[in-house]
Amino acid sequence: MARTVSTRRKTLTTIAAWTIGIVIFFPILWIIVLSFKTEGDAIKTPLEVLTSLWTFESYAVVQERSDYFKHFTNSVIIALGSTLLGVLVAVPAAWSMAFVPSPRTRGILMWMLSTKMLPAVGVLYPIYLLFIQLGILDSRIGLVVVLMLINLPIIVWMLYTYFREIPGEILEAARMDGATLRAELLYVLTPMAIPGIASTVLLNVILAWNEAFWTLNLTAAKAAPLTAFIASYSSPEGLFYAKLSAASVMAIAPILIMGWFSQKQLVRGLTFGAVK
Amino acid sequence: MKQIQLKQVSKCFGNVEVIPPLDLQIEEGEFVVFVGPSGCGKSTLLRLIAGLEDVTTGQVLINGEDATAIPPAKRGLAMVFQSYALYPHMSVRKNIAFPLRMAGLDKAEQARRVEEAASVLNLTDYLDRRPGQLSGGQRQRVAIGRAIVREPTAFLFDEPLSNLDAALRVGMRLEISELHKRLATTMIYVTHDQVEAMTMADKIVVLQAGMIEQVGSPLDLYHKPCNTFVAGFIGSPKMNLLAGKEAAKHDAHTIGIRPEHVAISSTAGEWEGVVGVSEHLGSDTFIHVTCPVFSEPLTVRASGELDLTYGAKVYLTPDLAHLHKFDDLGIRLK
Amino acid sequence: MATQHSRSAARMMMAPATILLLGWMLVPLTMTLYFSFKKYLPLRGGDLGWVGFDNYVRFVSSSSFWPAVATTLVIVGGVLIITVILGVLLALLLDQPIWGQGVVRILVIAPFFVMPTVSGLVWKNMFMDPVNGFFAHLWRAVGAEPIQWLSQASLPSLIMIISWQWLPFATLILLTAIQSLDSEQREAAEMDGAGPIGRFSFIILPHLARAITVVVLIQTIFLLSIFAEIFVTTAGAFGTKTLTYLIFQRVLESQNVGLGSAGGVYAIILANIVAIFLMRVVGKNLDR
Repeated sequence: MARTVSTRRKTLTTIAAWTIGIVIFFPILWIIVLSFKTEGDAIKTPLEVLTSLWTFESYAVVQERSDYFKHFTNSVIIALGSTLLGVLVAVPAAWSMAFVPSPRTRGILMWMLSTKMLPAVGVLYPIYLLFIQLGILDSRIGLVVVLMLINLPIIVWMLYTYFREIPGEILEAARMDGATLRAELLYVLTPMAIPGIASTVLLNVILAWNEAFWTLNLTAAKAAPLTAFIASYSSPEGLFYAKLSAASVMAIAPILIMGWFSQKQLVRGLTFGAVK
Repeated sequence: MKQIQLKQVSKCFGNVEVIPPLDLQIEEGEFVVFVGPSGCGKSTLLRLIAGLEDVTTGQVLINGEDATAIPPAKRGLAMVFQSYALYPHMSVRKNIAFPLRMAGLDKAEQARRVEEAASVLNLTDYLDRRPGQLSGGQRQRVAIGRAIVREPTAFLFDEPLSNLDAALRVGMRLEISELHKRLATTMIYVTHDQVEAMTMADKIVVLQAGMIEQVGSPLDLYHKPCNTFVAGFIGSPKMNLLAGKEAAKHDAHTIGIRPEHVAISSTAGEWEGVVGVSEHLGSDTFIHVTCPVFSEPLTVRASGELDLTYGAKVYLTPDLAHLHKFDDLGIRLK
Repeated sequence: MATQHSRSAARMMMAPATILLLGWMLVPLTMTLYFSFKKYLPLRGGDLGWVGFDNYVRFVSSSSFWPAVATTLVIVGGVLIITVILGVLLALLLDQPIWGQGVVRILVIAPFFVMPTVSGLVWKNMFMDPVNGFFAHLWRAVGAEPIQWLSQASLPSLIMIISWQWLPFATLILLTAIQSLDSEQREAAEMDGAGPIGRFSFIILPHLARAITVVVLIQTIFLLSIFAEIFVTTAGAFGTKTLTYLIFQRVLESQNVGLGSAGGVYAIILANIVAIFLMRVVGKNLDR
């Protein structure tokens, strides 16, 4: 790509791209602005909003009135817990499929993928009923398990595609060097796959953090993560734009930052390796 | 003493038999080279000995004991892979120490043996580098270091030099031979390069399509190839294999004569021919000569200075003492 | 490429993931099938016995079924058309040399990371509210009457919200695919005298075909089960009740589990039809 592009053309594409980028990003930008306003100012016309006073008030109120950090903690525990548990189960499975492929491997991988496509609503009542029977409705552990299960196929797939890039000879070398299976996984495969495992964790934390079917249907006050907490704003009383904005900003900020780091892996993970 | 023995070992992948049942004995301290064209099953054979593949039938004996069901980690063999298979996340020191760590040796002993191996292989200055920071030759030496520290029963080399450039390859060939002389440990070495086989081996095993064509010392194979395949495979440039009326004169279906055993003259000789392309190597000149009596051109070695122009008429005479005769199945005639 | 030892180890290591997923699939699926053949009203008498295919017939013949199917198709189709077309254009634009390309990329993909409940609520209140929303202010500023977005133009509004969430996904995947196009191929086309439009239709578009298929299939699977966006905006009112939402209402809101389960079985069958196509595409990739 050593050719120079005319500055005029580059200027035009730059202006177009930035305009579109800002339009797409605008809703997020706008709630960031609103979150620093008082409720009274937040419903004024956009111009008046921009020129009104900036304040941190809403952030304080959100925490004070609704114990925001409880829900934040729930989100962290559910997202991280389900992902780490999933990785723990998926690493050995992905190792098997990547390095000891059998005629059935392909079928098993496809079948795992198909479980991901099971529409949640189709099994809503059974899960709901099981949760009541087991006494884990509105509990963090219940959600950790469910989100682990719905993301397990993606985790296995992602790890599988990363593992396949590790030359099998290295694992064979470890075996020749006297490594047991445990040592092979622990000292050779895992350290080599750290970048892949990290991206898998990152993407799945994002997916679990934003999951909004099971979290809405299986939690109430106690274990509700941020998705469900924010949904409670759908029947608001009085003025709430600034508070909703503040709560939203806090809910999406951590994931937005993680998401920007995982752009590349996102493509690979969400397309099951079909697009790299 | 017979150290590694294969008894009626065979290997199938699915329905494809890549190695029909074969027997092989390897003596202690021997340098054995498996050589053959790619796809001949030589690497598979090595992996069967290593335990990285299961034999379909037969037995692998190591030191007289049946090792067929023993996993590779416990066979006491060390292997150097074609890609070197170094652990990219570990320093050279940790790479070399890895087998010792797996064997549960104490730290001091590990350090002592790593230092020792490093000094033998000239790696002392590189111990704290990562494999990614090393040249191809250095990586190769690390892979060898990792193999020698554990003092294995035997070393297995799977085409270790094929990723190196030509000049380095010659150097490493010598180093490995040296190492063998010094350690006096059995080495099994797989290559597709017959020059490597000839220069390094005590014993060469020539394989084709999973079958052993011939086992013998390099000079055995050179002087008495037992069939046309071995005759054509061993030696560089290739032996001229000639069939037809001229062969029948010697009571054979095919006759073979090496380029170095044909005399060339511009005045008189047994076969008349026309000079084709000449390859000048300085010490030798290889001349391709087309003779009307043979369907294929012959390669002939001439002394360095000889200058024969393209298209010149020449006469060739084979040295009958070095004429090889084969029957219609390609088997050597006594 | 393996031995007995590693094969049996492999089976052991596969077991936890396989058993978990098998349980996750079979147990609820069996229960859904079981309930779908029963009259089961947890709050009004509980299990009232077997009814055969009654629920299946009733679910399909209920007055809300066909509207729900239509709504589902409109939303899925609308979002797919918008995201794929805009996604291709945006990907082509972002592939050009731009000052600050990294930042623009970040701006464009950001909506994908916004949780569905947040984007639903933010659009509903801060933008589409007919009194205080951003659009209402904008419309008034030019002297127009603000639109009652979610009640009068409910489906277009929802399609807009969902497209905003999924456009980044389509763009990112298509951009990745464009960038994987061999630049020599493009240069060769240029040497052969192909103009920008020729290059797009003969080189870039065919190259993107596979990525577009993947985008369509994956989005379809996710879009068929869209839930939170509807839950927090219209709660199924104003003709925005999709199949998923209808089943949700039958099961949890009106607690008619038998009927809802029959609907669930339909949803599973529908999703599987799409899934078969997706798996074909993904499966091809495995053979390489």
